[in-house]
Amino acid sequence: MDPDLIANILYATIRTGTPLLLVALGELVCEKSGVLNLGQEGMMLMGAVAGFIAAYHLGDSGIGIVSALVLAMAAGALMSLLFAFITLSLNANQVASGLALTIFGLGLSSFVGLGYVGIALNGIQPWELPLLSDLPLLGKVLFSHDPLVYFSLAMAALLAWFFRSTRAGLIVKAVGESPESAQALGLPVLRVRYLAVLFGGAMTGLAGAYLSLVYTPLWADHMSAGRGWIALALVVFASWRVGRAVLGAYLFGLMSIMHLVLQGFEIAISPNLLATLPYLVTIAVLVLLSSNQARSKLFAPLSLGKPFQPGH
Amino acid sequence: MKLPLNIRLEARGERSRVMVWLSPAIAGLATLVCGSLLFAALGKDPLQTLYTFFVLPLSDLHGWSELAVKCTPILLCAVGLAICFRAKVWNIGAEGQLLLGALVGSWLALSLQESDQWWNLPLVLLAGAGAGAAWAAIPALLKTRCNTNEILTTIMLNYIGLNLLQYAVHGPLKDPAGFNFPESALFNDGLLLPVLAEGTRLHLGAVFALLAVVATWVLLTRTFVGFQIRVLGEDVRSAHFAGFRAAKLVWLVLLLCGALAGLAGVVEVTGPIGQLVPQVSPGYGYAAIIVAFLGRLHPLGILFASLLMGLLYLGGEMVQIELGLPLAITGLFQGMLLFFLLASDVLISHRLRIVRAAPGATTATVVSRTENLPIGVP
Repeated sequence: MDPDLIANILYATIRTGTPLLLVALGELVCEKSGVLNLGQEGMMLMGAVAGFIAAYHLGDSGIGIVSALVLAMAAGALMSLLFAFITLSLNANQVASGLALTIFGLGLSSFVGLGYVGIALNGIQPWELPLLSDLPLLGKVLFSHDPLVYFSLAMAALLAWFFRSTRAGLIVKAVGESPESAQALGLPVLRVRYLAVLFGGAMTGLAGAYLSLVYTPLWADHMSAGRGWIALALVVFASWRVGRAVLGAYLFGLMSIMHLVLQGFEIAISPNLLATLPYLVTIAVLVLLSSNQARSKLFAPLSLGKPFQPGH
Repeated sequence: MKLPLNIRLEARGERSRVMVWLSPAIAGLATLVCGSLLFAALGKDPLQTLYTFFVLPLSDLHGWSELAVKCTPILLCAVGLAICFRAKVWNIGAEGQLLLGALVGSWLALSLQESDQWWNLPLVLLAGAGAGAAWAAIPALLKTRCNTNEILTTIMLNYIGLNLLQYAVHGPLKDPAGFNFPESALFNDGLLLPVLAEGTRLHLGAVFALLAVVATWVLLTRTFVGFQIRVLGEDVRSAHFAGFRAAKLVWLVLLLCGALAGLAGVVEVTGPIGQLVPQVSPGYGYAAIIVAFLGRLHPLGILFASLLMGLLYLGGEMVQIELGLPLAITGLFQGMLLFFLLASDVLISHRLRIVRAAPGATTATVVSRTENLPIGVP
């Protein structure tokens, strides 16, 4: 393969992995606090449609884009607030509520986005970092991305630091491990969980906007195409650790653009069959990770998915 | 727990049996109210829209037969899902299992186009059910052997199934005489399910669905296996101590559900559609999840819930035709319905109390009530 193709593949890998990384980071924080939210698809689509509509009306440059991204995060967070209310305040089953959020988001986003199908925007353009982006190979792969790529990496670093060295990070982990003990210590379990769920929603909304403003700057029904679910598997793959989530996101990104790679080898396979690859890889990765039961249990937050009712 | 407006939730001593069945009604009502508000916001007369949505589709016999046609695949998937959910096996894969049933059934039907044996159609139906079961066997194997989370595997298999279907209609099963449309040839008459009532699309599949409801009811309430499934769902440890083989039950519930969903798929292609098309299912497998919960995982409840869900699909098409409202409203209603159901389910274990004056006194009663509850019981 020629170096240009390799650079293109690596560049596309990072772009494709970025929305997965954003969702995974959000869900990681949410799960660390002990809440299992399966509503990523719904939140992502709402973020995508909200971001797109905002950018369409406010203009897709400068302040318009910033507002669009903020609105996308707000849309994701609002959706997750709905989930937080029925699971945390009303104690509904987290699995069923997450599914409800996804089904609701699928319907609501296609309803809201109805008048915007088929419109294209310029979207968010990459920043070519001066000098650095002129480097051979590395310039294209590392220094010619859109700002959200750098934001996702900065957020990963921030979260790694947050969980390793801050008191707040410790509190989130304590709430996820044992809400009873955390409450006994006087920690506001519900408030921590609400905030974690909201953060997850905001990040997922942003990931949606990445799809509709960067990756393919347009709105199409159900355009998240299962990425939310893949990101969920990614959190398991990362064994709830931030560093591994970054690696995992790019690995899954690479799998999703295998058509580019295979093109380099001049292998022609039906695009429909190639499209199954990321899902197949997800299953394979889950199998590898789950087989060792003791190990996988070691990393999952102990109270993940279990309802908790604070004492009166 | 404190909610705004001085309305308080307080724990009941025990689960309310009335609320278990009243909650779906509350959810339905809340969805209707929100729906009316939505219609009003869209500048339509809410009453007229609701009438078009929920009454007009059923104003003649043809409408009722169409309702039965819509309910058939939903019902087949939902009773299967109920069996899984009873055992706390979170199969989200009815959609994929349905698509595989449609795909393999169609493949066999197309290869039997030339022959006219009486057993062709039964064979096609069996192949569809078998394909659905085989698709569900994958998460069963991975869950029992590798401890893999079935939520994620079944969802991944839905997307894989959808892509395989797309591949088939664009590739090997595409009708060569079909002007390059991504769909298969029309099946021969001998490969189509018999129509039950002249002039309608009501077909034999509806009978299969009703039989499935009865069979599931018998299985869950009248057999030892059904008892084992329920115990497994309520308490894995008890099931273990009682000597039930959990892995075997996981296999059983997934295979049953897969077969029913696969049957739903092949019934669609040999019934109302008559060929393989990319849009075999407008999300029946996902709608069935809502139906299973709405019907309280009880076959009879599911029968009623599927009628409601079928009506949502029909009504959605009706308001699109009559009033030019977007079809996406159906999906929106589905999501709202499930959300309201989950939210109002809190009333099974809690009651609402409006706090007037002297909140201190009410708080005291709350404390005395909850003290009797064992720790951890919501």
